[in-house]
Amino acid sequence: MAIVNFEMPNFLPALPEMFVLGMACFILILDLFIKQQDRVITYLLSIATLVGAAFLTISLSDGERHLTFSGSFVSDPMGDVLKLFIYLVTAVVFLYSRDYLKKRDLFKGEYFVLGLFGVLGMMVMVSAHSMLTLYMGLELLSLSLYALVAFQRDSLKATEAAMKYFILGAIASGMLLYGMSMLYGASGSLNIAEIGAYAALNTDNTVLMFGLVFVIVGLGFKLGAVPFHMWVPDVYQGAPSSVTLYIATAPKIAAFAMVMRLLVEGVGDLHNEWQSLLVVLAVLSIAIGNVVAIAQTNIKRMLAYSAISHVGFILIGLLAGTDNGYSSAMFYVVVYSLMSMGGFGMIILLSRSGFEADKLDDFKGLNERSPWMAAMMMILMFSMAGVPPTVGFYAKLSVLQAAVDVEMVWLAVYAVVFSVIGAFYYLRIIRLMYFDKPMDTNKIEAGIDMRIALSVNSLGMLVLGLFPAALMQWCIAVI
Amino acid sequence: MSDLPLLSLVIWLPIIGGLVVLAAGASGNNGVVRWTALLSSIVVFLVSLPLWTGFSLTTHEMQFVEQAAWIPAFNITYHLGVDGISMPLILLTTFTTILVVIAGWQVIQNRVAQYMACFLIMEGMMNGVFASLDGILFYVFWEAMLIPMFLVIGIWGGKNRVYATIKFFLYTFFGSVFLLVALIYLYFQAGTFSILDFQAVPISMNAQILIFLAFLIAFAVKVPMWPVHTWLPDAHVQAPTGGSVILAAIMLKLGAYGFLRFMIPIVPDASAELDWLIITMSLIAVVYIALIALVQEDMKKLVAYSSISHMGFVTLGFFIVFDIYTQTGSVSGAALGMEGAMVQMISHGFVSGAMFLCIGVMYDRMHSRNISDYGGVVNTMPWFAALFVFFAMANVGLPGTSGFVGEFMVILGAFQANFWYAFLAGTTLILGAAYTLWMVKRVIFGEVKNDKVAALKDLNGRETFMLGTLAFFVLLLGVYPAPLLEVMHSTVDNLLQQAVTSKL
Repeated sequence: MAIVNFEMPNFLPALPEMFVLGMACFILILDLFIKQQDRVITYLLSIATLVGAAFLTISLSDGERHLTFSGSFVSDPMGDVLKLFIYLVTAVVFLYSRDYLKKRDLFKGEYFVLGLFGVLGMMVMVSAHSMLTLYMGLELLSLSLYALVAFQRDSLKATEAAMKYFILGAIASGMLLYGMSMLYGASGSLNIAEIGAYAALNTDNTVLMFGLVFVIVGLGFKLGAVPFHMWVPDVYQGAPSSVTLYIATAPKIAAFAMVMRLLVEGVGDLHNEWQSLLVVLAVLSIAIGNVVAIAQTNIKRMLAYSAISHVGFILIGLLAGTDNGYSSAMFYVVVYSLMSMGGFGMIILLSRSGFEADKLDDFKGLNERSPWMAAMMMILMFSMAGVPPTVGFYAKLSVLQAAVDVEMVWLAVYAVVFSVIGAFYYLRIIRLMYFDKPMDTNKIEAGIDMRIALSVNSLGMLVLGLFPAALMQWCIAVI
Repeated sequence: MSDLPLLSLVIWLPIIGGLVVLAAGASGNNGVVRWTALLSSIVVFLVSLPLWTGFSLTTHEMQFVEQAAWIPAFNITYHLGVDGISMPLILLTTFTTILVVIAGWQVIQNRVAQYMACFLIMEGMMNGVFASLDGILFYVFWEAMLIPMFLVIGIWGGKNRVYATIKFFLYTFFGSVFLLVALIYLYFQAGTFSILDFQAVPISMNAQILIFLAFLIAFAVKVPMWPVHTWLPDAHVQAPTGGSVILAAIMLKLGAYGFLRFMIPIVPDASAELDWLIITMSLIAVVYIALIALVQEDMKKLVAYSSISHMGFVTLGFFIVFDIYTQTGSVSGAALGMEGAMVQMISHGFVSGAMFLCIGVMYDRMHSRNISDYGGVVNTMPWFAALFVFFAMANVGLPGTSGFVGEFMVILGAFQANFWYAFLAGTTLILGAAYTLWMVKRVIFGEVKNDKVAALKDLNGRETFMLGTLAFFVLLLGVYPAPLLEVMHSTVDNLLQQAVTSKL
């Protein structure tokens, strides 16, 4: 026998991943045989895949933590919840994108297949318990995203954005890999639990510190935290809106999971060290994100800077370093991905063939064109600004209380002051919608399914704002 | 009747009413919209009346209490209740909203449903602020209220409305976020977000001072106190009449209410230590802002500045209690200042609301708020002139009107604290008379100034009703303030006890 100690791993915890992989491959092949007018089959199958994965995840979830594949893959309640939100967000992204893609002759199987591979990458990231698994998931996601950004081949902007994204993303991956190699060098293991055990005993190991710094640089890139944020506005603006929608939502959840696995489960004992690094990232992100967003005239760019500032808030929850902080960051990231889904969804709603609706001015007078949709957008904007009674307020509340809990009152004060500055540019959108006359008087073309989904999305922000307890409890229970 | 969750009803009924109005607006029939709005506001007012009739005068405890779990993770509960301070303010809110709906009856022709809905929803939220006994619930209503007001000024306002409304929103939002941080800090001291627990928990002096400053920023912006008052004249001038009325009659009271509910009971030691700061700011508001009011050319701006000056009286009345206590050693003398300030709040709600309605009446006819465009209005609008002069007198504080009671009590209280406080506060009787009566002289009396004035028509039934009701209440409160004083008596006594009990 060549292999002496080979044990058959338990495949069960990874069943959702395997299902998504199988379905993605199946759809990839099936799509070759589908005529363009029947392309909706691909779309429906992709949604069905996500629903199926959700079903599997729920039925396999027993509230326990399972390690498998020699400890390199973990399935735990936190991962299950994050995965469920990834499915949900991605399914809605597909729904929002359908009409948009059709009108631009982009309604192709590749979009959905790449989207599903991205989902698979995110799932692997969420469930990674070894640096190798984590890196594999990250690259699977990143490569799918690069391709998606470049998806609109004949658009110069998109190609440029994809190029930038690819180069900067590759640098970030390199940094992360370099940092991981140092962690490996110091601890002698790729397994996150073993690295953690080593770090607990050697908190002053220089190689470990160096590794940590590089890992955080890599994570900063992926999260889009200042000063590693340069790619965010360009990619958000350059990519087709449906792709921006995808990039801006689900991958944030996966990035949160990556931070949780690496920093918290891994080198949680080095909390004092990474906390000070994250403080810098959070402080800069909140300031640059909120201030620079004011100067934008393109709403996709504006939302990109807004995303940067929201990342700053998520980091505040993480750097608190308590369970309270992690669950509040998780709550924030879930809420943020839902809000941002609605925000970009609204851009897609207003666009039509040959018209992108990505300028701030395109929102002028929306209240006269469609009072209902204007009200929906208003809810989303107030939610992003963190004004009650929307759920965005509770997201801010929970990370702020986490900061105050660990005696970082100054950080909470700093964050709220900048959230006032941030309120200005969200208010500007509302101002354009409600106080100005419309420049664009065409009818809104979007289909009824899109309108309903978007309305549910926005009203959800209000309903979650009135009854935030359940989601909060959920986040607390699984951390 | 007492089994009904009255407070929840006065919060949620108007909000539901607002949504119904919005739905009715989809039909495009403005008549239905207006009647639905009026009906909702009247129903809410009727529902709020049992709060007065069923109110127990003998206790300072919260009444009509409702409590339900809301966000267990942070110990946030849906906790409502009123005492002698908040109950009259809720009635003021429900009453004023009816007037605002009537005031917008013919004037607002553009997006009527959204206009009416904004005010109804705002009414519910303001009631929520007064009724909340949970810090976060309070904060949610406190902030959410900005949204409809932001839209009201921005959509139906004057020429410079966008600037004014964004300034309004950002100013108050900026103030409030410090309140939020203070609440979170208190949560970790008390273990819950309940305001009553906040009032009981001991806090060190350093922490008290920081919390005091956070509260001060939040509430001073809302009151508004000098020097953070600059948003108010802009907002008032640009807002439609209804917006100005709500702003002056209710929203300004929210800041003052915050002082009573949060600052004095939660950080009494810091309040005693730093009361000079608030007294100074109040006296500057009373004197300096009154001088500014004197030179205004725009009637709304003049009344806006007059509001700031009057609110200075309110904050003065609240914070002289610490001085009185150190001088006399008893809280009974201090009650005068505190109760006077409370009466002043209610009275100012009626008087300033009436003043803005009067200006609205003229503006609807002339489309100008400049004093210089008017003159001799009495010749063409005698009934209106009579009422306007009456409200102006109440604004000055003429005995027999509600304005007198509050100012007189605060000045009497101030005498016990310090002669110079009373002296400076007393100047308002001269300055207030000067700016108000001078405006009345230029607008109402004299020769008919131009053809436009000559063509003015006197009040119609709707306007007579609005102003007449207000005149009735101003007079009633002026000659017989006892019922109001009785309602707040036990609560004020308890508040004063809290104010002088150290929490260190």
